[in-house]
Amino acid sequence: MDSASNATDAAITKAFAGIAALLDQAPALIARGRFLDCECLLGPLSHPFHASIRQGRIVDLTPSPVLMRSWRFSYRASAAAWAEHWQPAPRPGFHDLLALTKRGEATLEGDLHPFITHLQYFKDVLALPRRHFATVAS
Amino acid sequence: MNGVIEPIVGRYVHVDIDGEMYRIYFEESGAGIPLVCLHTAGSDGRQWRHLLADREFARNFRMIAFDMPWHGKSNPPASWDGAEYQLTTARYTQTIRSFCKALQLDKPVMMGCSIGGRIVLNLAIDHAAEFRALIGLEGADFQAPWYDTSWLNRPDVHGGEVCAALVSGLMAPQSPATSRAETLWAYKQGGPGVFKGDLYFYRVDGDLRGRVEAIDTKVCPLFLLTGEYDFSCTPEDTKRTAAAIGGATVTIMEQLGHFPMSENPEQFRRYISPVLDRILAAEAERTGLR
Repeated sequence: MDSASNATDAAITKAFAGIAALLDQAPALIARGRFLDCECLLGPLSHPFHASIRQGRIVDLTPSPVLMRSWRFSYRASAAAWAEHWQPAPRPGFHDLLALTKRGEATLEGDLHPFITHLQYFKDVLALPRRHFATVAS
Repeated sequence: MNGVIEPIVGRYVHVDIDGEMYRIYFEESGAGIPLVCLHTAGSDGRQWRHLLADREFARNFRMIAFDMPWHGKSNPPASWDGAEYQLTTARYTQTIRSFCKALQLDKPVMMGCSIGGRIVLNLAIDHAAEFRALIGLEGADFQAPWYDTSWLNRPDVHGGEVCAALVSGLMAPQSPATSRAETLWAYKQGGPGVFKGDLYFYRVDGDLRGRVEAIDTKVCPLFLLTGEYDFSCTPEDTKRTAAAIGGATVTIMEQLGHFPMSENPEQFRRYISPVLDRILAAEAERTGLR
């Protein structure tokens, strides 16, 4: 892995770690997830985060692996895909979570029920770093 | 009276479709060449309101947008017993032709988006002589599926929320937030299973691979326009389809997605205006006005 992709990976990981705090500042988004309690695996393909969601808030976000921790579904994408997804105007095909799965840049696994019932919530939560990514990456 | 009243007028027409009467809601504005607009799967004719309100287009075109049965203000037929709704190629084709016949439209221009873009290809294959021109938005002979449609209608998933959330990403990030929200609102209002039933045509019954080669654009001009952000019907899908058809005009629309006419009407106008100009020019030539 070259130094540029190492830098991207680090920036993506840093951005992901900040999602819980960004969500805390988005009360309308929390309200949309108010019926959601879920353990899931979110983030980069190789080193995602275990996220614990309670009533729409991310109450715990821990880098994987965590010994024997369960999750209901997982959404993971390549670091390059996250970096593009978080651009102010992402390129076509990188602008939506399901665009990324269709083009093979992301994988969606497990019990999809909580993801599907809260699809717009997850799209919006995972887009939260968009406004801040340029700053985080620099 | 000091409220702003739009030029669009809405009415109902009773249409015989395959021996059964349907009460079809349609909106129209303008006068001239009939231009019928077909909405996307799971939505309704409101998607076309900005086009219909365009006073410049209204000078030369009688623009008409109707709600398919089960959509918008067009109810299911009186005989419906609650059975699962499923749109087939034959039924969709028959509905369009019956509607045009009921309004006595003389060789209309037909413009459809998404499933409407697909059926336009079918009309070009089987009924080209009935139309003055055909315009397919976000249309192709086939598109690879990207989700399981069984999520769209089941009691443990909110149908309106999931339909809207699935299609939300098909719009361009540059499209205005209010227009995006309005586009999704129609999906949130759709009847249970209607979006899924429309996709039966799209996913199962309406595969036109190997058939579009039969289209003769000398009988009826064909225009295909697809938004660059549409990952359901991608620009590559449309270009591949057009490559098999001699004489089809292809335009890839920048900063637009799967719902060009409603997600960003201003941007869409830049692309559809030259197409309508070409249709007008051809009409002028045909009638000897040039």
